[in-house]
Amino acid sequence: MDEDRRPLTFWLLGAFFALFVAFLYGPTLTILVLSFQGPEGGLTFPLRGLSTHWYQTLWAGAGVIDIWASFRRSLRLGVVVMVLTTVISLLAGYAFRRRFFGQGLLFNLTIASLIVPSIVVSLGIALEFRLLDDAVKAFAEENGVEWLSEGYATAMGLFTSGLGAHLTWTLPFGLLIMFAVFNRFPNDLEEAARDLGASPWQVFRHVVLPLVAPSLVGVALFGFTLSWDEIARTSQSIGDANTLPLELQGLTSTVTTPEIYALGTVVTGVSVLVIALAFVGVSIAKRRAAKRVLG
Amino acid sequence: MSSSPPDRRPMGRPVAPLLQAAPLALVLLLFFVFPLLATAVVSLWNYTEYSLVPDVTSRNYVEMFEGCSNLGEGLCTTFRTYLSTLRLCAMVWAFTTLFGFAISYFLAFHIRSDTMRMALFLVCTAPFLTSNVIRMISWLPLLGREGVVNQFLVASGLVDQPQDWLLFSDFSVVLAFVHLYTLFVTVPVFNSMMRIDRRLLEAAQDAGASGWQTLWHVVIPLTKPGLVIGSIFVIVLVMGDFVTIGVMGGQQIASIGKIIQVQMSYLQFPAAAAQAVVLLGLVLLVIAVMTKLIDIRREL
Repeated sequence: MDEDRRPLTFWLLGAFFALFVAFLYGPTLTILVLSFQGPEGGLTFPLRGLSTHWYQTLWAGAGVIDIWASFRRSLRLGVVVMVLTTVISLLAGYAFRRRFFGQGLLFNLTIASLIVPSIVVSLGIALEFRLLDDAVKAFAEENGVEWLSEGYATAMGLFTSGLGAHLTWTLPFGLLIMFAVFNRFPNDLEEAARDLGASPWQVFRHVVLPLVAPSLVGVALFGFTLSWDEIARTSQSIGDANTLPLELQGLTSTVTTPEIYALGTVVTGVSVLVIALAFVGVSIAKRRAAKRVLG
Repeated sequence: MSSSPPDRRPMGRPVAPLLQAAPLALVLLLFFVFPLLATAVVSLWNYTEYSLVPDVTSRNYVEMFEGCSNLGEGLCTTFRTYLSTLRLCAMVWAFTTLFGFAISYFLAFHIRSDTMRMALFLVCTAPFLTSNVIRMISWLPLLGREGVVNQFLVASGLVDQPQDWLLFSDFSVVLAFVHLYTLFVTVPVFNSMMRIDRRLLEAAQDAGASGWQTLWHVVIPLTKPGLVIGSIFVIVLVMGDFVTIGVMGGQQIASIGKIIQVQMSYLQFPAAAAQAVVLLGLVLLVIAVMTKLIDIRREL
């Protein structure tokens, strides 16, 4: 390749790249702009004045089913999924550094969990819980456990079937990230610590954890954002209380005002905020790790 | 963890890794393995309007393929749906592969600074972390009858009146899929390309290969693993989809995922389970064929 002059393919591919980025971000920016439509404005251009009218209606909750309840539900679920994904992926990634029984099977299952169509997983979890419900009800009736047969409706819910469905989606990403991290992990530091008499826990706590901490922020980021936006796996397995993306999907066919753009912008805003926080978190963690190693 | 010191010696059977992997194994067992088993079992059950009837029957599979052997009277619903889903799959696959390859190629071989490359790579991948539904909704003000694209087309005199095929059509569905899933090709292909030894490209050039020859005989074969992984992602995502096809198709376009969703909403669980089993079988078949493709190439 000529080092000084860029070949023609550079300009062609560069132009294509620029167009693609516009294609990626253009629509999102469009609804960002349209969310500031004036009160008389419609779903498309022209803008009839600029206002925060639609954010105000959204904030008041008018016009839209209790959107803030689902907003809070998704937020709570996202945080729980984030914490569990981080902890479980870290432990599993650490385990995979050594041989253990069933290693190959567990790896294949994790990849399968990523590959199997979401609708199939979602349906499966729904069926599983339905069978469980039927079994519980049958048991309660047979044995005359009154409080159970009368009070019990379903085991499905946000933090049972919903949480499980989300984890089947976030954990494969978490594990793959941990693989990438541990592949580049310097083994000699651990060995040095061990030679100096550190217990396995001390090695993990004082050597491994500080070094992988920045990457854990990445796993946490994936855990939260994938859960926050999840829809296909949640759809059949969530029970009665919908998450925010599910409500949004329903709104696409019913809402005819820019309010939906305001809501969309808020939801994207949360994702962007979390990504930004993750970047800050990574740089802080890296700085602390560097200080620890040097100091 | 502190209570079970790991044993590094090869003769010992370390317990610690088993315990550390246990939470992952447990989650997958409860929310992946059992559900798939439940699906397989229920697909063989009978059902009434209100409840599941646990006796073994082939009813769900028979009903699914009812009239399918009689090709003379046109295709049955199931075959038609599968064909239309596969057709969408093929279109989306073609575009995402082409776009993903071009973008990865630009990033991997034309950007010289590592920082710049990482930054541009992040620009391409960050939207993955934002909501798919909102990214679909974002197309509505652009593609609608009164949308930006139609305003432009009419104003510039390219068409006389607003075009209807832009939204709630195959076009908008494919567009949204390409918008959402090109990333699934870009990431693995970029990964493969970054591993290519740059000296190979120089060697090809020195041996007198043209740009196209280098691309065809060096870059593409070495990028194949990434292309296959990306293709598997895209094909599986589109085959099981019901959200994108639903929203962007205006709930008018049939798909396998949509059938399952509708049957679930009518509480026809065994029928939905049978559909899911067949879909899963088809997906596994595609994956098996695609992974064979790389292996065969490697052998040649």
